[in-house]
Amino acid sequence: MAPRTITPFGPQHPVLPEPIQLKLTLEDEKVVDVMPAIGYGHRGIEKACELNEYPKNIYLCERICGICSCIHGITYCEVVESLWPMDIPPRAKYLRTIFSEMSRTHSHLLWLGLLADAFGFESMFMQYWRIREKVLDLLELTAGHRVTQSVSIIGGVRRDIDADMKKHCIEVLKDVRKEVEALSNVLVNDYTVKARTIGKGVLSYDQAIALGCCGPHLRASGVKEDCRMQGYLAYGDLSFEPVVASGGDSYSRAAVRIGETIQAIDLQLEALGKMPEGEIAAKVKGNPPANEATMRVEQPRGEVFYYAKGNGTRNLERLRVRTPTYANIPSLLVMLPGCEMADVPIIVLSIDPCISCTER
Amino acid sequence: MGIIATSRLKSPWIMHFDNSSCNGCDIEVLACLTPLYDIERFGIVNMGNPKHTDVLVVTGPVNRRTARVLKNLYDQIADPKMVIAVGTCSISGGVFHNCYNVLGGVDKVIPVDVYIPGCAARPEAIIDGVVMALQKLAKLQGVAL
Repeated sequence: MAPRTITPFGPQHPVLPEPIQLKLTLEDEKVVDVMPAIGYGHRGIEKACELNEYPKNIYLCERICGICSCIHGITYCEVVESLWPMDIPPRAKYLRTIFSEMSRTHSHLLWLGLLADAFGFESMFMQYWRIREKVLDLLELTAGHRVTQSVSIIGGVRRDIDADMKKHCIEVLKDVRKEVEALSNVLVNDYTVKARTIGKGVLSYDQAIALGCCGPHLRASGVKEDCRMQGYLAYGDLSFEPVVASGGDSYSRAAVRIGETIQAIDLQLEALGKMPEGEIAAKVKGNPPANEATMRVEQPRGEVFYYAKGNGTRNLERLRVRTPTYANIPSLLVMLPGCEMADVPIIVLSIDPCISCTER
Repeated sequence: MGIIATSRLKSPWIMHFDNSSCNGCDIEVLACLTPLYDIERFGIVNMGNPKHTDVLVVTGPVNRRTARVLKNLYDQIADPKMVIAVGTCSISGGVFHNCYNVLGGVDKVIPVDVYIPGCAARPEAIIDGVVMALQKLAKLQGVAL
């Protein structure tokens, strides 16, 4: 048996924009054991949410994660609305759906770029991020900011999409769809990409369920499970069907995310077409009553779960957030042992780790 | 002086460290490197190794666990070095100011040369901040930018 060495991977590592440490036990170049060490990004947002008033928490919850910020804000608003419970106008539901899908598009394009960068395909990284800028411009036009939109308020949304914006959005989205399809053709069919990703970090159907994985990571192992199937917001009215792949390896995870990017664009186009006229926000008076509520929403990385408990005052008594990466990290302990040191970045990246979500 | 000082200004290498930010500024720092903003035209390359680095770009508020890591990275960078704090929370703690695990801005731990406000800071602002840091470095070395 070769001597064993323990190598730290992170907390500052070029492939990860965020701090997480993996203690890898190596036998020569082969990984035999892995121990994740998290906690570098912990701020204490859940506790801080108890100190602020209800509307101010939207801004704090959005900053749990900057990539899926819009969806965090929407989920917080949804869970607080169900403390009353109150109804929001149908147009607001559609607008929230459109903003969610827009941020999913930009998040998946970001990930596809980072994946290309992880195996050294830098020009593809640049191409994906070039396309992503178009989606960010749309978010800036409609929601008001590139990354942290704060577009959702309790009772509805803050900004409307008017006829001119709608026309422009449809034009740009169709253009983006064409470009994503053309570029993803390369990613799916390229010999080198296949050699680097097929069979790397395999997670079987049973393992994915036993470890409680979620999101595209779970669907890449063949499990047809997506929170959007519940039909929250306007998803019930749209033609939504989860994207599933069966390989369970890094290649399948990329394929699922490419499928979801294109699906997200289609959902936006459909929602823009079907969007009813009317108010964009309901009037909210007073504080929510003493009550408990939960909400499950599909983020780009998987299922996010919010629990809120109100006590009739201006502040929440308790807010609990369960984020998708926290559920997906245990799968690294199954996927990494047996792989080579050089494949570690791709496998770690394939779960789309979002550390600031995980640690809050 | 001379060629070393000049070339330091013509191709500053940056290293990005995320304290405990929300990712918003991190993806904007990365967006600066990609085709639309392309700060490589100033000779700026993103590095992962602190010993290769001239400019340390820090995002997010310092918390109790990253303070030691940040200090460690800063000490490894060779002089002359510049530190840029990107985003409101790296300046003062921002929206996280009353979180129990947050110590505050980056300047609680290491000296900062340029502060870039914004939540998240826009790529245009980040580019402006990097250029300001270079001007400061030029002045420090007594050469023209």
